[in-house]
Amino acid sequence: MAIVCFIPFLMMLVNATRSNEAILSGFTLIPGSSLVENYQTMMSYINIWAGFKNSLIISVLVTLLSGYFSALTAYGFAFYIFKGKNAMFIFMLVMMMVPGQLGLIGFYELSKNLGILDTYIPLIVPAVASPFVVFFLRQYITTTLHPSLIEAARIDGASEFKIFHTIAIPIMMPAIATMSIFTFIGSWNNYILPLVVLFSPEKFTLPVLMGFLKGSQVAQNLGSMYLGIAISVVPIMVAFLFLSKYIVNSISAGSIKE
Amino acid sequence: MKNLNRYGYYFIAPFWIIFLVFSIYPVALTFYYSFTNYTGSGEAQIVGLANYKRLLTDTYFVEAFFNTWKIWGVNFALQIGLALILAMIFSDMRLKLKGIAFFRSIFYLPNLITISSVALLFGILLDWQHGSLNMMLLKLGVISDPINWLNEPTSAQLSVSLILTWMWFGHSFIVVMAGVSGISKDYYEAALIDGANRWQTFTKITIPLLKPILLYIMITSLIGGLQLFDLPMLLTDGIGSPDGSLNTMVLYLYNQAFKYNNYGYAAAVAYGLFVITLIFSAFIFKGMYGKERKQPRQV
Repeated sequence: MAIVCFIPFLMMLVNATRSNEAILSGFTLIPGSSLVENYQTMMSYINIWAGFKNSLIISVLVTLLSGYFSALTAYGFAFYIFKGKNAMFIFMLVMMMVPGQLGLIGFYELSKNLGILDTYIPLIVPAVASPFVVFFLRQYITTTLHPSLIEAARIDGASEFKIFHTIAIPIMMPAIATMSIFTFIGSWNNYILPLVVLFSPEKFTLPVLMGFLKGSQVAQNLGSMYLGIAISVVPIMVAFLFLSKYIVNSISAGSIKE
Repeated sequence: MKNLNRYGYYFIAPFWIIFLVFSIYPVALTFYYSFTNYTGSGEAQIVGLANYKRLLTDTYFVEAFFNTWKIWGVNFALQIGLALILAMIFSDMRLKLKGIAFFRSIFYLPNLITISSVALLFGILLDWQHGSLNMMLLKLGVISDPINWLNEPTSAQLSVSLILTWMWFGHSFIVVMAGVSGISKDYYEAALIDGANRWQTFTKITIPLLKPILLYIMITSLIGGLQLFDLPMLLTDGIGSPDGSLNTMVLYLYNQAFKYNNYGYAAAVAYGLFVITLIFSAFIFKGMYGKERKQPRQV
């Protein structure tokens, strides 16, 4: 099974080093010598590193925003009593069930009317409101942070926001980290939304750029295609090698509630 | 002591402002458009239920529905089957396999790769003239002529199902393993003493106790599966060929909205998709939990 998982990657890596003619003439597992040539051909059509940078900027900002504001919201829901709190919480949970495509057309129209099409705003700002993360963090903080800790800080004269930043955030950190991995992967792999709101090739995220690659001239040079795909895949594989333990644990944490 | 509860509103305010603007409003706006003939420019005219009537008789949508369902069904059966078999092997007390962490990582790896890279990779691996898969099979003598995988409806759908299985079985495996590790070892020890074989242990202990987890995987996979878009879009340049067999519901929605500018109708497609998802999720819940309630309670 492990081999089956790897074969497509292996073919990709081997073919990335072979010239177009060599790929057309047959299949082999021996690497070729056209790596540099393929790289130059590919870079003359698209700048894959720009796609990387764009994806990275968006994903990092989305992860930070979603982490911070979800923690803020979860804390607000968990430790204050105010009118309409339960109704708001239930409404948020209901909206969590709604699939992303439902609002797609309205979202596009809204972005058009606000004049933020072809910018990163519609890709980044909505991360402030991530119901699932809020839900997860609220469940976490109600079990880990005892109200007496907050009381003690209040008596010591700390302001409400200071309490949040110095007591609640550190306690929530493991849960925020878990959710951040999800958020980051989700944002990195998001395809339909950037496809709809972005028009300028230099602003494309990596997934959109990969789709663009297929429709471009470079698609005729298979070696360069393989190399382009390899470049988009290998850094993720390397990062995963270091982080796999945390990623795997966070998947289990997200699905099993005990 | 002064009342500090007004801070609750301050804390949740940013969330609600963004949530209302970027989540609730678009969903409501889409709902409004589904009753209009809006084309992306000019005024939207209200046409009542015309879009929904069209949806019910639209053969393309019905076809897209069955395509999505077929692709998801095959993929889910394979994915969960593989995940369970692997979980059975790895959790077997008699085999005591090592290196589970390593295998979990390897199996999960395909899921992490951007789906458009996956689509592109398989797009050229499956290419019938120059694709590595055909070349390898030819060399090994398995086939005598190259097979055009993506040009024949059944093999195209099967290809997408298999790619999805490749991407997702690792994820299911991890979730199933997490569930298995939550089952008390006592059950397995008792089974061992009673002389139960592997298959009995698996079907009589593991599967029943994993039911909530399996339900979770099924629901999340179904919701994801009904929204299948990226792979067919990229494998077929957005047209869903051959013979429309890779035309999924979301691809249809996307094309109606952003290719043909039928925003009103596309909005109705979106709500149709939503209702379908709700109905099937409800069916699964009922199917899994409904039977239990009918059984008499044991005292």
